[in-house]
Amino acid sequence: MNLFDILGPVMVGPSSSHTAGAVRIGRMARALLGQEPAKAKLLLHGSFASTGEGHGTHQALVAGLLGLAPDDPRVPDSFSLAREQGLSFLFGTCTLRDAHPNSVLITIEGIQGTRLEVGASSPGGGRIRVFRVDGLDTSFSGELPTLVVHNTDQPGCVSQVTGVLARRGLNVATLQLNRGGRGGSAVMVLECDQPIPEETAEEVRALPGILRVNRYTPEYEEIT
Amino acid sequence: MIDFTSIEQMLLDRSQSGLPLWDAIRRSDCARQGITPEESWTRMTGMLTAMTQADARYRAEDRSHSGLVGGDGGKMAAYALNDAPLCGPFLSQVMAGALRMGECNACMKRIVAAPTAGACGVLPAVLLPYRRQFSCPEEALVQALYVASGFGMVIASRASISGAEGGCQAEIGSAAAMAAPALVHLQGGGPEQMANACAMAVKNLLGLVCDPVGGLVEVPCVKRNVIGAMDALSAAQMALAGIVSQVPPDQVLDAMAEVGRSLPHTLRETGKGGLAATPFGQKYAPKEL
Repeated sequence: MNLFDILGPVMVGPSSSHTAGAVRIGRMARALLGQEPAKAKLLLHGSFASTGEGHGTHQALVAGLLGLAPDDPRVPDSFSLAREQGLSFLFGTCTLRDAHPNSVLITIEGIQGTRLEVGASSPGGGRIRVFRVDGLDTSFSGELPTLVVHNTDQPGCVSQVTGVLARRGLNVATLQLNRGGRGGSAVMVLECDQPIPEETAEEVRALPGILRVNRYTPEYEEIT
Repeated sequence: MIDFTSIEQMLLDRSQSGLPLWDAIRRSDCARQGITPEESWTRMTGMLTAMTQADARYRAEDRSHSGLVGGDGGKMAAYALNDAPLCGPFLSQVMAGALRMGECNACMKRIVAAPTAGACGVLPAVLLPYRRQFSCPEEALVQALYVASGFGMVIASRASISGAEGGCQAEIGSAAAMAAPALVHLQGGGPEQMANACAMAVKNLLGLVCDPVGGLVEVPCVKRNVIGAMDALSAAQMALAGIVSQVPPDQVLDAMAEVGRSLPHTLRETGKGGLAATPFGQKYAPKEL
């Protein structure tokens, strides 16, 4: 925690968890998709489902999918922006087991046809936690520059990816790895202390056994 | 170096550093975040600018999603222009500012969470009228925001700044406890007075429950920003008069944490107790899924 977690964020109201956090979840889903989203299905769980309407949670999530920041005054008008930009979306509710009350499960499809499922929560103060990517458990917040790698479950993937980061001078703060089953698909999440340039993601993409690579940059890195 | 876990320790570390408290807070945070004091100053100035802009963008005709909130900031500003408003011109401006910002938040406008969105009206409500009343330079206000966030860090670490965890005392109470030492700084008071102002502001809202109608950041949240601002002003003035909190500040924060833990679930932002559970409040209860 730092001073600007206490005084801040600058955000569109009314709720840091149900509005600002929801925008961040949408932005995270967009970043992990790695292309303009064309279609989205958003299933709200718990308090997001029951009080989301009065908190602008729906508009906030769509605003995030469009790439808006939590302090963008256009957040309340995101539905009409989405129509202009050709993003179609559908809301529903769901019950997730063991999930935080402020949670959502997003399935998105990009304009190039890539599909992604992201489950994320907004526990408070505008912070978020991604607990699921494409059916695999994860736990990351987007507070650090983050690289999300989809790979096939085969020997050497982790060391190759971390090797690239090491050569590029990026320090890995946390590393998570989860797989669907032996030899199946896996998701690797690496949170780094330094911003991750696109060239680094490109180099990782070219490695054998790597299916997809996306990076997420925290907002404050974009400001400075 | 301040680690923001104790007010007493923060004051000791400050006196060893030889810096004014606001700068000791800034530099300790810079070291933690890996940014320069200049970068930090620019960001903090940005917070003051965002608060000022938010206040200016208030529109009395705006209404919240439920329709329960909107227009009261306009009513109070109009009343403040009265010949003799009950609380005098300065306090009337403070109250109008608190309502304006709370309503901006409820109407999905851009605000600065301080420390939360629901309590975003308290700090600007005292700082912006203060700036006009005392022709205060921007530099002093930015310093005051450092003081506010330093005390806020200790509150977050020792108690809570979340209504879901600690009730409204953790939101409006924390905002008041940040604003009170900021005001003491602006009036030229010392660190001990700032600590006492923080403690007294917390004590006077201890136990305040979080009972929002419909679970929304509207009723009673907007008007509680007014009492938060008034609490901050009265605590600051008591501290400036040399009045001290008999219970040491850190122990006050520990009591706040303990009270928060003791509050039933229904009074911690669930929208199920207090005002939310009244016949009126239940008309706005979220549909059960």
